[in-house]
Amino acid sequence: MNFPILSSLIILPTIGAFFIFFVKSGNKTYQASKYLALFISSANFFISLYLWYEFDNSSSEFQFVENRIWIKDFINYKVGVDGISILFIILTTFISTICIITVNSSVSFRLKDFHIAILLMETLMIGVFCSLDLVIFYLFFEGGLIPMFLIIGIWGGKRRVYSAFKFFLYTLLGSVLMLIAIISIYWFSGTTDIEKLYLIGIEPKYQNFLWLAFFSSFAVKTPMWPVHTWLPDAHVEAPTAGSVLLAAILLKMAGYGFIRFSIGLFPIASDYFIPFIYFLSLVAIIYTSLVALMQEDMKKLIAYSSVAHMGFVTLGIFTMTQQGLEGSIFQMISHGLISAALFLSVGIVYERTNTRIINQYGGVVSIMPKYSVLLMIFTLGALGLPGTTGFIGEFLILLGVFKKNFAIAIIASLGVILGAAYMLWMYKRVIFGKIINESLNKIIDLKRTELFILSCLALPIVFFGFYPEPIINTTEISVQNLLEMYTSNIENHQTNILND
Amino acid sequence: MIDINYIFPEIFISISLMLILLIGVFKKKSSLLVYNLTIISLLILLALLINLSPLPNASIFRSSYLIDNLSNFMKIITIGSAIFVFLTSSKYIKLINILKIEYPVLILSSILGMMVMISSNDLIVFYMGLELQSLALYVLASFNRENLLSSESGLKYFILSALSSGILLYGCSLVYGFSGSTNYNIIAENILNANNGLTFGLVFILVGLAFKISAVPFHMWAPDVYEGSPTSVTIFFAILPKIAALTVIIRFLYVPFVNIIDQWQMIIIFLSIASMIFGAIAAIGQNNLKRLIAYSSIGHMGYALAGISTGSNEGVQSSIIYIFIYLIMNISFFSCLFMLRRNDKYYENIDDLSGISKNHPILSICLLITLFSLAGIPPLAGFFAKFYIFLAVIEKQMYFLAIVGLLSTVVAAFYYLRIIKKMYFDEEKEKYDLNHNFGLKLSLTISTIFILLYFLYPGPLVEIINKINII
Repeated sequence: MNFPILSSLIILPTIGAFFIFFVKSGNKTYQASKYLALFISSANFFISLYLWYEFDNSSSEFQFVENRIWIKDFINYKVGVDGISILFIILTTFISTICIITVNSSVSFRLKDFHIAILLMETLMIGVFCSLDLVIFYLFFEGGLIPMFLIIGIWGGKRRVYSAFKFFLYTLLGSVLMLIAIISIYWFSGTTDIEKLYLIGIEPKYQNFLWLAFFSSFAVKTPMWPVHTWLPDAHVEAPTAGSVLLAAILLKMAGYGFIRFSIGLFPIASDYFIPFIYFLSLVAIIYTSLVALMQEDMKKLIAYSSVAHMGFVTLGIFTMTQQGLEGSIFQMISHGLISAALFLSVGIVYERTNTRIINQYGGVVSIMPKYSVLLMIFTLGALGLPGTTGFIGEFLILLGVFKKNFAIAIIASLGVILGAAYMLWMYKRVIFGKIINESLNKIIDLKRTELFILSCLALPIVFFGFYPEPIINTTEISVQNLLEMYTSNIENHQTNILND
Repeated sequence: MIDINYIFPEIFISISLMLILLIGVFKKKSSLLVYNLTIISLLILLALLINLSPLPNASIFRSSYLIDNLSNFMKIITIGSAIFVFLTSSKYIKLINILKIEYPVLILSSILGMMVMISSNDLIVFYMGLELQSLALYVLASFNRENLLSSESGLKYFILSALSSGILLYGCSLVYGFSGSTNYNIIAENILNANNGLTFGLVFILVGLAFKISAVPFHMWAPDVYEGSPTSVTIFFAILPKIAALTVIIRFLYVPFVNIIDQWQMIIIFLSIASMIFGAIAAIGQNNLKRLIAYSSIGHMGYALAGISTGSNEGVQSSIIYIFIYLIMNISFFSCLFMLRRNDKYYENIDDLSGISKNHPILSICLLITLFSLAGIPPLAGFFAKFYIFLAVIEKQMYFLAIVGLLSTVVAAFYYLRIIKKMYFDEEKEKYDLNHNFGLKLSLTISTIFILLYFLYPGPLVEIINKINII
């Protein structure tokens, strides 16, 4: 296996974007741009599936590693995947394809530029998940700001400028501290290669500050309470495809970052900050669920539910148990699919009625029966009904939390109930009841492409809900390895303290 | 006289300057010819310098003039960016009627002054170069005689600059008085520990130099002069004097005063932090692009000074990388500015950029890349410039400086985003003219491609700069 499969995954969308840039705009040639974008993104999706097929579940090593000199004696371009990151890559390529299809069928304004932005995003997001060097990781992580800023700002809603600025400045502010930490790690350890850093370890006395610097970036991106305020704005104003990208993948970068960097590089600091994370996660779960209950805008409701779901993820990660970590990864994948589906569903009715206010709807079931069925699946998935991926993620996380602390698990379970409340209430108000709004009578049920997109998302949600084995098997060994590394580090540290 | 070989480029530029002046005076209507001859002589000069750079380091004329890796590199980028300045602005100066024979001649003499500054290893030689450079610049700033703003900016620059030169000269005399020599090497030998007189001299000289690179609090002239001067002179102001002055600062601090680093380090850190913060905040309210870039360049000088303040070789090298990437970003920015032309009139306000992404997709994507790079967003070249600076700063564990610097990049990002917002999110206006001359297109293409693709091969530049060892 010498073929640079990961690099081609990274570079392919950019090449596509480059060609699309030179497609002349005009009605006819937009077709070329549409097909090219669709072809590139689906090709990338199939390559990533092939990657999963070739992936060796039984090894915790990084696989498909490519290591090239980038700046001599300083930084290497190093990419590779393990059981934790491979699933995110597949999620990215899958969701990007979905986004391209959505954009093709619904956007007519500057379509070509939208394709370019999504494809560039895809490159950067895949890069984040497979980079094995801190500097390379930072490049991809921050570079994503540029296309996302443009997506929100150009194709967004009324307050798009405000939201785009807020998104950009918030995330930039969070991540500059991470840059300082990365450079400091270089001077402390002499390398930014993650594999080497795993072996060398970082001196305990520096870990707390470095952990906090990384945390500041990931907390904004996750987003954790109280720095989550950019998310509802960005989600509400972004176009449908933008919200999907944000919710499904961008938020996962932070969860992935917590697992790969915070736990992997700073185990002792992670141990130290566990109560802090528990606190923030619980506040996020309960508080944002309550806020979600009160929302009148559907997109805002889903945005707040994302914050709550990501609260579960951070809670699960920092239980430091096999179940908690696997559950968190599972929950991230599941949330990626479900939130994408929910945003798409909202986008579909918004296109027809131009409103997202829940009160304006009611009785949609009699007009759009197909839509109502699919939305039911996604709603149930979001509230974690057994038989959907949402259940398995939340169940595993709660299992992990119960192992560690009973009280926290009880509070977190309350969040599940609240989640059911706001999701079902929204569903009831939108789908059932009488038709109050006369203009609803004119709208039509799902078109062919829309049905196709939503079914594509519903299928894995149900499939992996009943049969989670493939995902669990892929992550198991890598998570085990990470936890072994973590516990041995903690034990060493404790014996060192005792000896002193 | 082996020494003459080393200063052959300087001799060449002096002779060609005089010849060009003679041609201009004796041949009627020769301004275009003079302009083209200047470009050709600069190209020859560039070839000469590149040819000369493999020569061993030399300290000539009783070691008052240095030819080393630092001076070679800085001279090459000075001449290179001067060529770009000429290429980009040829149509502009024709249209606003300042294509006179004096224009290229003045620029050439200013460049000669800069070359002397860059190589100087002696206070008097340095001052000579500085004045030659500055006098030409005063005239250039007010070159558009019919324009009130231009005359004002020339006068303003002259008065303030003369004042700072006076302070600088006073500092030089103090240093001479307390160390007994004007030669950097001898000063270094004589200074073992600081005394008040020397510190005063050092501070005065630093004030003069900070004025030249428009570091806060000596930045007052920059916005007015940038806005008032013809744009072709503004691009010159934004790039070339900064290269020369920064080289002088590096040499001055790291050769004669390297032993009393504790005396100047705090001053440079202060200048750096003040420039970074002020540059970021003051630019937010600006509507004129030239004024905005003046504040942005104040901020950028803050980052370059942060590298110098570390007192290490890596710090100096990172500053040199910074100035190199900075000048390319400026060339790209001003090339875009020169393209905002409609019916032979140039536009330079942020509002004039409204919605150009629809009518001019390629121009706006170039400007977008440049602005994100100026803001320091990866993976563009501007990010690497800042990355190297902070690498050096954090190596010396100056965390406060690093945190302030990075936080001010966030503030600065805001005003770059404002421009991008205008370009991409707002309604379009009338189209601009599309027929640009070849030189302008070429410089925009080269600079944008460099900014965009620098991350693919960052190695070569780092390797070239690693050869520059000042300590």
